[in-house]
Amino acid sequence: MKRLIALSAAALVAVSLQAADHIVVQKDKAFHPNHIKAKVGDRIIFKNDDGFAHNAFSDSEVAEFDIGMQKPGQDVVVEMKKPGKVEVECAIHPNMHLTIEVEK
Amino acid sequence: MRELGRFGALLSGGVLAAMLTSTAVAKEDMSKWLRPETVPAPKNNQITPERVELGKLLYFDTRLSRDGTVSCATCHNPELGWSDGVPKAIGIEGRQGPRNSPTVLNTAYQRHQFWDGRAKSLEEQALGPIQADVEMDMDLDKLVERLNGIKGYRTLFEKAYPGEGITKETIAKAIATFERTVVSTEAPFDRYVKGDKNAIDERAKRGFALFTGKGKCTNCHDGFNFTDGSFHNLGLGDADIGRYKLKKRASWYHAFKTPTLRDVTKTAPYFHDGSVKTLEEATAICGNGGRFPNSKNLSPLIEDRKLTPEEIRLIVDFLKTLEGEPLNIKAPKSFPM
Repeated sequence: MKRLIALSAAALVAVSLQAADHIVVQKDKAFHPNHIKAKVGDRIIFKNDDGFAHNAFSDSEVAEFDIGMQKPGQDVVVEMKKPGKVEVECAIHPNMHLTIEVEK
Repeated sequence: MRELGRFGALLSGGVLAAMLTSTAVAKEDMSKWLRPETVPAPKNNQITPERVELGKLLYFDTRLSRDGTVSCATCHNPELGWSDGVPKAIGIEGRQGPRNSPTVLNTAYQRHQFWDGRAKSLEEQALGPIQADVEMDMDLDKLVERLNGIKGYRTLFEKAYPGEGITKETIAKAIATFERTVVSTEAPFDRYVKGDKNAIDERAKRGFALFTGKGKCTNCHDGFNFTDGSFHNLGLGDADIGRYKLKKRASWYHAFKTPTLRDVTKTAPYFHDGSVKTLEEATAICGNGGRFPNSKNLSPLIEDRKLTPEEIRLIVDFLKTLEGEPLNIKAPKSFPM
């Protein structure tokens, strides 16, 4: 059974009715998809379908986060709280890239 | 899964369909090991013969160091697998650096340079060792001044980078361009991948099966360059905190870049600290749980896979098939005056 891990309490409770979920699958050392258009309040659900850990993070000003070691099968939720461009990488596999364009 | 797919085709589509599927699967499985035919280069620094020639001269020229005794080739020697054969780099005045000299081979294909990945291009990397006090200890402004004082270099820079002059940027671009020519040649394994089943012997084939199977070596040493560029803590137990020095990100504690295994037979000693002399020992550390399995932030990929001594020897026999013919690159006989 997959575990649902919240990055913060806010990520779980502050979801507006219009908010959408965007699933990002980490598979074969790549983000799928690797480009997302989202709105403020939307949630990004990171899934790890590889057989080893990943560590998605972003140092972007709009959404700085580091979800830490994410084991296979785990889900991690990150809410987009500000508009702007969010560049996401994997700290372990730096060839993995994801761009999230967050609109108001 | 794929085997089941093949049987499905056999049952539903007949023998011919099964054979076609089998062939397609085989090609798909091996294609990721094929060496690329081109070398990537940034738009503002495309590879030209003039830039390669200039970069080569700079790479081998000891005048790039403060006292004129050390060149890039001192620690990245083509005769020593583009490394130096010692545990830790030795620079100007015999000063020892903190880490093993990584090979230059195939760095053209890597997104991050240095063991800790702190440089994001060869251009950025090239200027680091020139300035490092334990390597070439050269002030870049003084280097620009020194090279501008050499007529031969003024001519060569103008040919390679017309109108750009001799600057830190053009020095870096030229060295990076030369390094993009340091790419691996065809090895027995490449001939095997292309279909010559006799290119490697049975022991190497068994070693390859262990490499991709029980050993799970491809979790990190993946693709034609036998690295996915990932960063891991192998639990070597030394004091070097690795990539963590760049930013205190938990997964970067003691983490270092996965090196290529191309020509790995030429680049001993191994690991970022040069603490391992043989491929057998290196394989055992990676495959059987690290030197110190209880290390903080040990990579979850470092597990005890219970590889036997014979299995380790088989993997090493496979690694030996990654050695290509030596590149035909020799140190220049003379330098610009």
